Amino acid sequence: MINQNSKTLLEVRGLHANVNGIEILKGVDLTVKSGEIHAIMGLNGSGKSTFAKILAGHPAYEVTAGTIIFNDQNLFDLEPEERARAGVFLAFQYPIEIPGVANNQFLRLAYNTVQSQRGKEELDPLEFDDFVREKMKLLEMSPDFLDRSVNEGFSGGEKKRNEILQMALLEPKLAILDETDSGLDIDALRIVANGVNQLTNKDNATILVTHYQRLLDYIVPDYVHVMESGRIIKTSGKELAKELEAHGYDWINTDDRGNTAGVRP
Amino acid sequence: MSAVLQNLVNQPYKHGFVTEIESDIAPKGLNEEIIRLISSKKNEPEWMLTFRLQAYEKWLSMSEPRWQNVKYPKIDFQSISYYSAPKPKKKLASMDEVDPELLRTFEKLGVPMHERAALAGVAVDVIFDSVSVATTYKEKLAEVGIIFCSISEAVQTHPELVKKYLGTVVPVGDNFYAALNSAVFTDGSFCFIPKGVKCPMDLSTYFRINTEESGQFERTLIIAEESASVSYLEGCTAPKFDTNQLHAAVVELIALDNAEIKYSTVQNWYAGDEKGIGGIYNFVTKRGLAKGANSRISWTQVETGSAITWKYPSCILRGENSVGEFYSVAVTNNYQQADTGTKMIHMGRNTRSTIISKSISAGNSNSSYRGLVRIAPTAENARNYSQCDSMLIGNQCSANTFPYIQVNNNSAKVEHEASTSKIGEDQLFYFLQRGIDTEEAVSMIINGFCKEVFQQLPMEFAVEATKLLSFKLEGSVG
Ligand SMILES: Nc1ncnc2c1ncn2[C@@H]1O[C@H](COP(=O)(O)OP(=O)(O)OP(=O)(O)O)[C@@H](O)[C@H]1O
Ligand SMILES: [Mg+2]
Repeated sequence: MINQNSKTLLEVRGLHANVNGIEILKGVDLTVKSGEIHAIMGLNGSGKSTFAKILAGHPAYEVTAGTIIFNDQNLFDLEPEERARAGVFLAFQYPIEIPGVANNQFLRLAYNTVQSQRGKEELDPLEFDDFVREKMKLLEMSPDFLDRSVNEGFSGGEKKRNEILQMALLEPKLAILDETDSGLDIDALRIVANGVNQLTNKDNATILVTHYQRLLDYIVPDYVHVMESGRIIKTSGKELAKELEAHGYDWINTDDRGNTAGVRP
Repeated sequence: MSAVLQNLVNQPYKHGFVTEIESDIAPKGLNEEIIRLISSKKNEPEWMLTFRLQAYEKWLSMSEPRWQNVKYPKIDFQSISYYSAPKPKKKLASMDEVDPELLRTFEKLGVPMHERAALAGVAVDVIFDSVSVATTYKEKLAEVGIIFCSISEAVQTHPELVKKYLGTVVPVGDNFYAALNSAVFTDGSFCFIPKGVKCPMDLSTYFRINTEESGQFERTLIIAEESASVSYLEGCTAPKFDTNQLHAAVVELIALDNAEIKYSTVQNWYAGDEKGIGGIYNFVTKRGLAKGANSRISWTQVETGSAITWKYPSCILRGENSVGEFYSVAVTNNYQQADTGTKMIHMGRNTRSTIISKSISAGNSNSSYRGLVRIAPTAENARNYSQCDSMLIGNQCSANTFPYIQVNNNSAKVEHEASTSKIGEDQLFYFLQRGIDTEEAVSMIINGFCKEVFQQLPMEFAVEATKLLSFKLEGSVG
């Protein structure tokens, strides 16, 4: 929901970044205010996941220029775990498997760490069990996933649901969902989208990375951005996604590939 | 840090006794005379001296093994002094006198209070009434007929038992280091559980109070008679230092019909510094004989220390339906080297063995699992299950698996599984992204990896081992 008086939660300016010496991001600008939902679309390899991981502080990426202010703080001053505790959440495009670590233990540790950071009450294993089961109901997830190792042997869709479960537990200020819709069946898409919608409110914001309009039918974005070659080259309202779906990325005319991208209209 | 600790723990006794100590150290080198000296200093009976001399004969004809996957400079056995009189330890009056740095390390490791005191050299009775604890402990054991004392004491007080069993599982000429140990061992533990007795508590060397340092050639002998059972704990998680670089211990276990021996070790000898300078060479021969029908021998080890670890706690499954188990976690970091594993020798019918080996390598270290499963022609219906998992942290370390399987009976069933995994940057990042810091993340991953082994440890030990591993691997990831 757009409200001009909302607080700016995230401000990215001129972000350049390398991986293994190759420049992937070439000047990303993006402003996100609280209460807003942003969609980022773009061709494979255009840099969407890279951008998402840089926001979360992944060590493989080297930021060479630009600034990111998150909630009035210089994001680069914070370690990855500090960013998470400050409310940056990334639902991974490819959630990794962690053999031997029980999901419930992992979830509880993450939950308690973030809770204690916020000066809120931590839960013991029994209390947490009740709590997490309630959240799982919301996502129609079987409690069986609690006893299994984190993501190990989960199907593609199950992994994505486990990501959103974590979002529900951690209640982030800024949630970045990297292709959470890929791999979900039609019912799961609806369930997960409902879950995300219930978690959004006027004080937080969501960035959805997606290739498909069908997610945006459920989670309606306030802005749609197109990323190309490491820059946001076009920003518009929710209708942009539909146009892209109808015409493809080539439809964006060369005029749009200018410098105004990412700055609000 | 390690060097600081070494100094702290090894602080020489500052006042007096210097001349006395010096006069009681045998000249360097090994020969028959030295062995006679050791035996006479310990006031041993003739058969014990014969045992030592036979071992020495064998040792002379043997050469140092070189097949293991570890590298170290040649040891000069003539430059070692094989006997020194027990050293008086400096006693501090209270915990307040202990170096705070040392206490912080203990804190971090979660070493129990009574152990901290003992390790730091505080007179234990300041912390608790050690005499009464030891006495109660001894009385309780004596009530049920259990003998638990130093092996030197046992030679004096129960010579018939020592004579009957010593060297029956690990013969004097078994291998180079066992022969050396048999010739020159100075002390160790003796434990005898008579027929039908279930030992009412875990036996640990810590409670074998009044014994001096066992020295570099330690000898342990544990016997469980028919239907007896015992759980024995060796070592502790606190870092342990010694000026002797070479340690060659021998442990023998004997289980008669329906008897059970569970032997758990946490080994944390000084591992050398982060450049690989110094550290203990730990060359150990541990073997259990499941002699009786339905007997069980179970080895659990958490090996985290030493510059070089070279040991294969083994089971000879002679009794029908006897069971052998080996659960191991070996952690190497910096320039540590470990070549460890087990041997399961199936001789009796329906014998079963389980091998669970977990190795974790970090830094520039190398870890090898070496295991032998042998099914003798007599071992009808023998079963073995082996699982060897290696975890690598970083790109400079390595892990190897050398499983040897010899099956001489067609009814045998032998299974072997192996895996190698890595703690990857992306795994770690996943934890961080959820607010969990690196240290906790590594500890969770490692504990998950070692779960099956830790489950075998006595509760308190398991908690300590968990902390110890995190401590050992601190800073090696990310
Ligand atoms: N570690 C790496 N080493 C080399 N190249 C990398 C690395 N990580 C990312 N890249 C490259 O960076 C570019 C952007 O990748 P990124 O994953 O951000 O794309 P994306 O927009 O998320 O694509 P998709 O829609 O397929 O998920 C790609 O060309 C990719 O190959
Ligand atoms: Mg991507």
